[in-house]
Amino acid sequence: MLDTATGDAFVEFDRVQKSYDGETLVVKDLNLALPKGEFLTMLGPSGSGKTTCLMMLAGFETATYGDIRLGGVSINNIPPHKRGIGMVFQNYALFPHMTVAENLAFPLEVRKMGKSEREQKVKRALDMVQMGDFGGRRPAQLSGGQQQRIALARALVFEAELVLMDEPLGALDKQLREHMQFEIKRIADNLGITVVYVTHDQTEALTMSDRVAVFNDGKIQQLAPPDVLYEAPENSFVAQFIGENNTMEGVVTEIKGDSCLVQLDGGALIDAKPVNVTKAGERTQVSIRPERVEFNAERLSPDAHLLDAEVKEFIYMGDIFRTRLSVAGNDDFIIKSRNAPDQERLKPGQKIKIGWLAEDCRALDA
Amino acid sequence: MADATADQAETQSGPMLAADGTPLKRSLARSLRMQRIRALMLVAPLLIFVLLTFLSPIFDMLFRAVENRIVGDTLPRTVEVLKDWDPETSDVPPEAAFQALYYDLFLAAEAKKHTRLGTRLNYEDPGISSLFRSSGRSLDDLGEDHIEAIEDTAKQDWREGAFWYALLGGDAGEPVVESARSQFVALEGETPRGPVGVVWCGLRNVVGAPCPPSLSRMPLNFGLSNDAMAMLPTTSLQYAAFGVFTVLEDGEALQEEDPWEAVYVAMAQDLAAPDAAAKVAAYTGPGAAELQAAQQAIAALPPISFRDGFAEIDEDWLDPTVWRSIKAYSPKYTPGYFLNAVDLEMGPDGVQARPESQQIYVMLFKRTLIMSMAITISCIMLGYPVAWLLSNLPDRKANMLMILVLLPFWTSLLVRTSAWKVMLQQQGVINDTLVWLGIVSDTNRLVMINNQFGTIVAMTHILLPFMILPLYSVMKGIPPSYLRAAKSLGANNWTAFWRVYFPQSVPGIGAGSILVFILAIGYYITPELVGGTTGTFISNRIAYHISSSLNWGLAAALGSILLVAVLVLYWAYDRIVGIDNVKLGG
Repeated sequence: MLDTATGDAFVEFDRVQKSYDGETLVVKDLNLALPKGEFLTMLGPSGSGKTTCLMMLAGFETATYGDIRLGGVSINNIPPHKRGIGMVFQNYALFPHMTVAENLAFPLEVRKMGKSEREQKVKRALDMVQMGDFGGRRPAQLSGGQQQRIALARALVFEAELVLMDEPLGALDKQLREHMQFEIKRIADNLGITVVYVTHDQTEALTMSDRVAVFNDGKIQQLAPPDVLYEAPENSFVAQFIGENNTMEGVVTEIKGDSCLVQLDGGALIDAKPVNVTKAGERTQVSIRPERVEFNAERLSPDAHLLDAEVKEFIYMGDIFRTRLSVAGNDDFIIKSRNAPDQERLKPGQKIKIGWLAEDCRALDA
Repeated sequence: MADATADQAETQSGPMLAADGTPLKRSLARSLRMQRIRALMLVAPLLIFVLLTFLSPIFDMLFRAVENRIVGDTLPRTVEVLKDWDPETSDVPPEAAFQALYYDLFLAAEAKKHTRLGTRLNYEDPGISSLFRSSGRSLDDLGEDHIEAIEDTAKQDWREGAFWYALLGGDAGEPVVESARSQFVALEGETPRGPVGVVWCGLRNVVGAPCPPSLSRMPLNFGLSNDAMAMLPTTSLQYAAFGVFTVLEDGEALQEEDPWEAVYVAMAQDLAAPDAAAKVAAYTGPGAAELQAAQQAIAALPPISFRDGFAEIDEDWLDPTVWRSIKAYSPKYTPGYFLNAVDLEMGPDGVQARPESQQIYVMLFKRTLIMSMAITISCIMLGYPVAWLLSNLPDRKANMLMILVLLPFWTSLLVRTSAWKVMLQQQGVINDTLVWLGIVSDTNRLVMINNQFGTIVAMTHILLPFMILPLYSVMKGIPPSYLRAAKSLGANNWTAFWRVYFPQSVPGIGAGSILVFILAIGYYITPELVGGTTGTFISNRIAYHISSSLNWGLAAALGSILLVAVLVLYWAYDRIVGIDNVKLGG
């Protein structure tokens, strides 16, 4: 974990726990610190506690134990409307009885801002999300993507330094979602605001964030930048949750510095990189990304351990080929290969040998 | 091919065509027809049921608010004569009016319909009812001397029905007889069969259970003689009226019946005419001798004065207001009931206010409106927090609370109202508690029932669910994220509620208010039981006129005004709030 005890953290969760019923903890001992200007994503399956964390930060839930600090000040006892945190809700929560401009002016009005200043800020916020001409419309007259932009503008219009987003793109179709991911990231970077973003969509998390906190079972499993998260998952949950993964079980037979030998349950030996294993004889779950599996023996180092595989299925997906193999008793072993001119198209029933670089195959906890 | 179609579409200026060349609209209509017919058939049973048992009686009832055939049907000749009478210039109408009234009233009295007319006119001119009732009884005495004079000339003949028929009856005079019949039918209030009735009776004929014959179709089996009609026109007319009555009402043959006094009086009138002597002398038919004798006897007497006759029965007949009332209410349709319903009446100079002591309805309408509003407002005040709680509680608890809200629906209305009586009366639970607590002294117990307070309290309680349910269903549809969003944007609890939550709950308030207000404005039982005299509504007055005073016309007029008032309010509501903003369900 990164050092969370630094004094310059803007938002800080300090040993926060949350329980609704007094029997089970939804959030278990959460420690998290993020500096000003960071885009942090809380990623996890539903029920993992990520939304609860966000709601505690916004002030709609109270922490059962622990301290939440904003700019070094504990906000546990500050009501939500005094926290000055902008928030974008899952279904936007645009007030249906107000026009777009009235929606945007609302946070300024309750701050008793003068009319001309208000109008100026509303206009600037609308321009920022490229919705300048829509001030007179009602939310119901806008498309999903437009409502999304307005919700974003409303959360930003009162110049909050921290903006929370609770699965804001969940209701949009794929193309629009990808576009908005880019847009949100751009605006956040331009304004230099700190964003805490909750999603269960890993692609979203990977493409937008500076750092991603993977939640499961009320705990942060790993907190890391996207590339580290993808390429160097620290445990089998993260490995499986982020991206696609082939896993196999076995026992560590030998550890030599940065690599180790694992004997799979079927008896075959493979190369791997020890991550959560420390000594020979430990059970482990090895994890290898489909795109890192190589079946062209020429590209592998001569002393690499190879496995026998049989092609079960070949799926043409346009940019890539996806092939399902039967490897060491596992019928769901997937490999992906780029659709290059010289790429071989495997046929079902074909017998091949596969292998990989030891550093791509991570031996994790069992 | 594709190009050709495109060209066709471009050049075509007429309506869009379907693939087979028929206009698209028609072919769409055809394809939807089956669907429409099916939809109509699904609705049909309810529609027919409502039309037959609900709408048509209501329209019939509302029609009574203007319908006024009774005066014209009961006193057709009098109404005719009074058309030329100007109440401005003369106090009492001419002799002809009294004469017409005599014959009209005589027939009505024989058919026992004169009291009905008296009751009707009594609504407009209190006291007139007894005048008609007593006059109906004493009408036989009018022209007594002349009747006796005719009878005395040949008692054995004049008391024979056969003699009269020989003198006046015959094969002719069908128009006269039929007009007498239609007058009698109108008096009896029998309306001719409509097309549905004809088909219905046709069916019953086929089955072998024919409808009872209608008065307008029953055979009369008599006619008039041409000679008699020329010589004794009034007598023939009255004889025809007597004949129709005898056959249709009593089921006797005219030939065997000694006619009633009106025929004698008519005879006396005819025989007193200036050229009667010559006509009678020239007459050679049956009963010529008796007729001559009667003519001489009548000539010896002064002519009958109907005016004096009526004056003798009751002095009030010389009071012009009676005649004004008859004239004013003689048309088939009258605004009288409606005027009455807003404390006006028709006076000699047009519409005028009723005497102060009779003004009641405008005040009642106002009270009904104001109290209904008070009830609606108290329902909002009490119901809003409950609905809010309901929509924000977890489901289990909300269901529990919902049962409590609905509990009143499962209890009889009468029981609930009576419970309020027990609670609110001076020796009731609340007063006893207050006295026991020492807040109120025993001699100064609060009056909380049989007044407006009692009505408002009891009706608010009874109508509360109608406010809570629509409010609840609307509030249930407002996601909690709106309030959260408002708070995250910096609004405190009150601002978030008032600026964000409340405006969205307005449709619920609107729906609840419409329901409660419209129910309240027409409420009857509760105000009747706990309202006393100051807490009753217009509906109590309507009920009184329907069941006690039997002034259905006025009841219908009051009901129509109430209906129109509700529609106007509904329209105003639609203009101000917009009916799209009303939600009865999520």
